[in-house]
Amino acid sequence: MSAHAAQVHAVDDHHDDGHGHHHKETFITKYIFSQDHKMISKQYLITGLFMGIIGILMSLLFRLQLAWPDHKFTIFEIFLGKWAPDGVMDPSIYLALVTIHGTIMVFFVLTAGLSGTFSNLLIPLQIGARDMASGFLNMVSYWLFFLSSVVMLFSLFVEAGPASAGWTIYPPLSALPQAIPGSGAGMTLWLSSIAIFIASSLLGSLNYIVTVINLRTKGMSMTRLPLTIWAFFVTAIIGVVSFPVLFSAALMLIMDRSFGTSFFLSDIYIAGEVLHHQGGSPVLFEHLFWFLGHPEVYIVILPAMGIVSEIMATNSRKPIFGYRAMVASILAIAFLSTIVWGHHMFISGMNPFLGSVFTFTTLLIAIPSAVKAFNWITTLWKGNLQMNPAMLFSIAFVSTFITGGLTGIILGDSALDINVHDTYFVVAHFHLVMGISALYGLLAGVYHWFPKMFQGRMMNKNLGYVHFWVTAIGAYGIFFPMHFVGMAGLPRRYYTNTNFPYFDDLANINVVMTIFAIITIAVQVVFLYNFFSSIFYGKRGPKNPWNATTLEWTTELKHIHGNWEGAIPHVYRWSYDYSKLNKDETDYVIPGQDFIPQNIPLQDNEDEMDH
Amino acid sequence: MTAFLVVLVIILFGVAVWQMNRIFQMARVKPTGFSEIASAKDNNINGYLMMGFVIFMYVLAFASFALWSDVLLPESASEHGVGTDNLMLVSMIIIFVVGILTQWLLHYFAFVYRGNIVRRATFFADNDKLEFIWTIIPVIVLAGLIIYGLFTWTDIMNVSEDDDPLVVELYAQQFNWRARYSGEDNTLGEANVRLIEGVNQLGVDAADPNGKDDKIVTELHLPVGRKVLFKMRSQDVLHSAYMPFFRAQMNCVPGMITQFAFTPTITTEEMRRNDKIVEKVRHINELRTAKSKELAAAGEAPLDSYEFDYLLICNKICGSSHYNMQMKIVVESEEEYQAWLKTQPTLAEQLSNEN
Repeated sequence: MSAHAAQVHAVDDHHDDGHGHHHKETFITKYIFSQDHKMISKQYLITGLFMGIIGILMSLLFRLQLAWPDHKFTIFEIFLGKWAPDGVMDPSIYLALVTIHGTIMVFFVLTAGLSGTFSNLLIPLQIGARDMASGFLNMVSYWLFFLSSVVMLFSLFVEAGPASAGWTIYPPLSALPQAIPGSGAGMTLWLSSIAIFIASSLLGSLNYIVTVINLRTKGMSMTRLPLTIWAFFVTAIIGVVSFPVLFSAALMLIMDRSFGTSFFLSDIYIAGEVLHHQGGSPVLFEHLFWFLGHPEVYIVILPAMGIVSEIMATNSRKPIFGYRAMVASILAIAFLSTIVWGHHMFISGMNPFLGSVFTFTTLLIAIPSAVKAFNWITTLWKGNLQMNPAMLFSIAFVSTFITGGLTGIILGDSALDINVHDTYFVVAHFHLVMGISALYGLLAGVYHWFPKMFQGRMMNKNLGYVHFWVTAIGAYGIFFPMHFVGMAGLPRRYYTNTNFPYFDDLANINVVMTIFAIITIAVQVVFLYNFFSSIFYGKRGPKNPWNATTLEWTTELKHIHGNWEGAIPHVYRWSYDYSKLNKDETDYVIPGQDFIPQNIPLQDNEDEMDH
Repeated sequence: MTAFLVVLVIILFGVAVWQMNRIFQMARVKPTGFSEIASAKDNNINGYLMMGFVIFMYVLAFASFALWSDVLLPESASEHGVGTDNLMLVSMIIIFVVGILTQWLLHYFAFVYRGNIVRRATFFADNDKLEFIWTIIPVIVLAGLIIYGLFTWTDIMNVSEDDDPLVVELYAQQFNWRARYSGEDNTLGEANVRLIEGVNQLGVDAADPNGKDDKIVTELHLPVGRKVLFKMRSQDVLHSAYMPFFRAQMNCVPGMITQFAFTPTITTEEMRRNDKIVEKVRHINELRTAKSKELAAAGEAPLDSYEFDYLLICNKICGSSHYNMQMKIVVESEEEYQAWLKTQPTLAEQLSNEN
């Protein structure tokens, strides 16, 4: 950085906010029960990646089953043991695999692994805070997440198998062990795990909200926040609003299962006897579940949107286009996300008029989403794009978000939903729009902030390129053809479709999708190798490798508790002063440097912009 | 075909990986700046690859249509389905136009503005007019789609008594379907799972006179051209009565009665003569013959040859055998339907036979 910047930096004069004392840290307080947000963020990331590996390997198993339903696989016998005698997968373990795959990917990888990692890392660093508002609650939040992961993994080993009623665990299937073996101890553990997870998520979210509201450094007004922080902040609010509803649904389901209540059960005759339950309704559960379930997909995608906005602006060397519209659309999406849950229930038996209302609100959500997509595209326009791996994943994010989002227009339309509901069309839609997109956001974030997490070490760029291109091609290769399977009328969660000769001609498509899946999964090994080897052997880069404007890059490479050695920097501008020219338009504001960090005061030779 | 596709995909991937590897090796010769940060050369290569990627997407879409459009459902066999299919077509056209354009812009900009040392990015932070345009255009298009969609939806879901629909109950249980015809009075007898006993598997109230002439069957026959109102029940867990050929679906919920109505317009016989179905059945039988040969070689029983039939299938996860919960639907002329119905015993007859 120029001498100029160093000189301006000296303007910071406020004192250290009482964090100067460095108490001695033991191994346990530093690496295990750490209260430091940077360490907690790494704990979230590593746990999330571990869960991700399990979730994705499960998908490999059921993709093999779908492509070659009558083939015997030794790999099934190895991983599934008694559930795959002679290498033939048991139909109920197939359902368990899709259930746990969905649960792990949605909650453990894309909620905790994505939001947990980057909210923890970036909120204090980007707003100029020493740490989260409560380091202790933050630590508790991680360890509850860890505990819920352990319980979930433990449930894979119970006698009758793990939960297998689908990740949406609709009762009565999830309430009655007579209906499916996984609804015994497996489902009890599933519900316990999710209850703990919700507690973890709430502690984390409250912490994020309080931190963003109270601990911004001097000059960091809400309108100067990077979009990452806006996204994490709003995500946390949605979480606080909707997760408790899932908690109550889970609690009521536990009551129905174990204490004889009838919230969701009525008029059931199963295994030769009538159950005493009377007056409950599974539709009530669907309402409660999707009141979280739908905001949940925005809890997953909003942080990815924030990350992508930030990375895209930095690597385009341009301000994000339409900052205010980007913030407004985050808020609009957040608001609308809580009133669209009924589009999962058009044909659940609820009043068709309600279906009309939810069609209306659902299609409205396409408007802020479209604004975001156009703004991202315009951010690229006339930029000077630096094709770092993080940038490539960000561009691919916009691509999959558009492709997946567009099919949402069909699914959100109640009349069209009738015939594609619960088919593979839905599976293709949500994997592209929230699964793959959010994973791209996660990967982009890892490539971009890796130096910040691991003391200046950087991931290998060429391995990153190989990882990116194979993943990008593979992801479309899996999920684009899947739309055809759905439009052919094949329901999801079918162990095999060989009982329907009508669907025999789908075999080819299934094989193609599985081959793409195998290739895409295989190339993630490149990423894992790159990730873990770079932690130890990655080359150390400069302090601000991507020439970014945000505050996290003003900290030293070495991690210290409290983030900044001296005073916390003040903020004098928004976070998107990339390629800003001086008044005469002869050169950048700081000559020879195409970015102005947020902690640089307004210069004499620049116009103040009102964003 | 499968083997060919497998080989093709693997070869293409191999070539792609090999080429990328070569490109990156060449790129590694002269690094400028810090080696893990994208160099001008990286920007250039990845910019071109972005262009390649959007072409890959177009080719993938085109190839998918060329290879697999024959798997899509045939024309709708119900009256309202024609309207749904039109709405689907309109939505699909809009989606494809928007998708093709935006994907092109995204990747084209990524290519054209790939970074180099001399390029200077334009400080372009805001433009109210542009943002207004791309807010208002989606608003107009979506308003159109919403209105169109809601009219279609209301038409489908509103069942008027004036249509005098044939009332049929669809009854779901793990893992099969049954149908109960309402008989002469076109009114279903009351029923509850607590009344299930012996031959009365659907729990129909024997005391209810409306139930006496009800007929319970395991194969659904429908007269062509008459509106059918399905009343759906489930005795154990959630199921979903999915009739893809009629663009019809509704969940079956224990504890409540749900409903869906449609008018079948094409008989099974007519559909079997539909060009698309003829071709599809021929193709499927080819696949099955090939498969049978493999089975025969392994000493197993060959597959039956396939003939087209309408299906009712379960589309809500309902347990281990969810993947095989189906019922055949036969659409036929009014006379054939009446003749078939006559051969089915009424509930009263069944109950008296039992005693």
